[in-house]
Amino acid sequence: MSTGTAAAATTSGTDRGPTYREALREALREALHADERVFLMGEDVGRYGGCFAVSLGLLEEFGPDRVRDTPLSESAFVGAGIGAALGGLRPIVEIMTVNFSLLALDQILNNAATLSHMSGGQFSVPLVVRMTTGAGRQLAAQHSHSLEGWYAHIPGLRIVAPATVADARGVLAPALACPDPVLLFEHAGLYGTTDDAPDGPGADDPAGVALDGAAVRRPGTDVSLVTYGGMLPTTLAAAERLAEDGTSAEVVDLRSLRPLDEETVLASVRRTHRLVVVDEGWRSGSLAAEVAARVAEHAFYDLDAPPERVCSAEVPVPYAAHLERAALPSVDGVVAAARRTVG
Amino acid sequence: MSATVADDRLDLLRGMVRVRRFEERCVELYSTERIRGFMHLCIGEEAVAVGLVGALEPGDAVVSTYREHGHALVRGVPMSAVLAEMFGRATGCSRGRGGSMHLFDAARRFYGGNAIVGGGLPVAVGLGLADALTARPVATACLFGDGAVAEGEFHECLNLAALWRLPVLFCCENNRYAMGTALEREHAETDLALRAAAYGMPAWAVDGMDPEAVRAATQRALALVRGGPGPCFLELRTYRFRAHSMYDPDRYRDRAEIARWREHDPVDGLHARLLADGELDDEGWARLVAEVDAEIREAEAVAEAAPVEPVEDLLRFVGAEPTGETP
Repeated sequence: MSTGTAAAATTSGTDRGPTYREALREALREALHADERVFLMGEDVGRYGGCFAVSLGLLEEFGPDRVRDTPLSESAFVGAGIGAALGGLRPIVEIMTVNFSLLALDQILNNAATLSHMSGGQFSVPLVVRMTTGAGRQLAAQHSHSLEGWYAHIPGLRIVAPATVADARGVLAPALACPDPVLLFEHAGLYGTTDDAPDGPGADDPAGVALDGAAVRRPGTDVSLVTYGGMLPTTLAAAERLAEDGTSAEVVDLRSLRPLDEETVLASVRRTHRLVVVDEGWRSGSLAAEVAARVAEHAFYDLDAPPERVCSAEVPVPYAAHLERAALPSVDGVVAAARRTVG
Repeated sequence: MSATVADDRLDLLRGMVRVRRFEERCVELYSTERIRGFMHLCIGEEAVAVGLVGALEPGDAVVSTYREHGHALVRGVPMSAVLAEMFGRATGCSRGRGGSMHLFDAARRFYGGNAIVGGGLPVAVGLGLADALTARPVATACLFGDGAVAEGEFHECLNLAALWRLPVLFCCENNRYAMGTALEREHAETDLALRAAAYGMPAWAVDGMDPEAVRAATQRALALVRGGPGPCFLELRTYRFRAHSMYDPDRYRDRAEIARWREHDPVDGLHARLLADGELDDEGWARLVAEVDAEIREAEAVAEAAPVEPVEDLLRFVGAEPTGETP
């Protein structure tokens, strides 16, 4: 079981604006102020301040009824979120990491995702579940995986992966307003980041962040690099590198993994005629596979090269730093894939 | 005995006969393939349906299992809507998307019909949490079987409900078998109330073949739960006379055991008591059965005449529809 570093990084320590973590916290604070039906629950969200310090200070501000520490009972407290949503509240449930969410998979799939359809539309489940995803901190094979692609397989769920500070700040309000269950995936590597050059939808106005709809983070003309979540910084760095030798890469941030904003991806590919998908999930049966398949289905004749995928190696994430690094998509890997497409 | 009490006992009997005769008709409809899928009958367990679900107030919530025909009928879900659901019709209580195992009725706070053993308990805890946080003086009755006691969710949920002092009535319909596995073959400690009590809540066992005992226990438990200091656990000791589901050849039970339990048939038992106490005569009994059968015939005719959901609507309700208000 992970123990976070609540005290380690609670402020940005710079004048560059809030961190991703602070943006999430501000969004939670705003939601708790705005609607008395909203409450937060999860393991160590209260007195500890959140495993990743996202909810630090909220217990003191809102009290233990609305910032609610739970026992280590993922299935019970996620299911309790479902029941509370059915009962008229607007719960936000935090699960420490996506690997732990598997203990609640029964509730997420068999209840949250199915109740609306299975009841013939009589019930909806306005639940928000936040969880940490992703590798990069040498936490090995039970704290590091990227399973959001699995969840994106499931009808009845909305899957969102904010990659920027602006999205972290803005996505909670539309998620809470959504009558259906929304899973928010926060990449562990992003918590300390700031938006160096905030742009894209919602950058200036949190109210402008939509629950779905991809964003073009960097315009380009030669190749489309499609990514989401924790891989956005890697992909932007790769685009920068490609620009140095004259390749203009467009970077598309999916933001929502279900539903997929197919139109934005297809429009980009129709401009650039080349596709690289960057996905921290494993390649087989991945979200990257889904994006590539949709492009092949709908924009096959626009492509000048076979689609490329840059995914994690098909191995449980290892501990040793050099092995972990080798298992994950890298800037070099994205650059190499992009170069293959432009030949 | 006063007339009111006599009427009341007659209502319990009528309720059980209604569930019994309905399910017996379901067997016939299943054999002619008008009902398909998995179907689990509560024949033998009707005292729990009428005694427990019948004791709830309209504002209370019910979370049930896949063996829920009786719970739904007693809760007031119209028989025609239950049958239409099992026929897969648009007028079914889940618009043909749930079937026998997934009966829902928002207006009656009937939250299904959960076919994952133990899967309803967390939802019931959440409903109780919503009631507690909004100070609503209602209870959530969560029904499950003895098999659920072996699931992790049972232990997580009893702990959580007791820890947070939530108004949830945990109702274990102990029919002594988790599908084909006998109680003593699945539990190291077979006193289920004892195990619930370990989580710090009032817990006791009741004769689940006696509707009056079930009702009295439920009323006592509800008084403890409603706006009170926390959850309660009732173990209703009962027995299903028929197999686990329509697919089950029932190889794991001794015929003599079934015969022994049939001697405690809740319908026969209350019928005999009412006859002995002079609260019912043969003519009254015949009239009661005839009225129930007429209701079943009428419900069947209504369900049979109902339209099916258009295939064009297949993808509806995967998410809430724009017009649909959330509770």
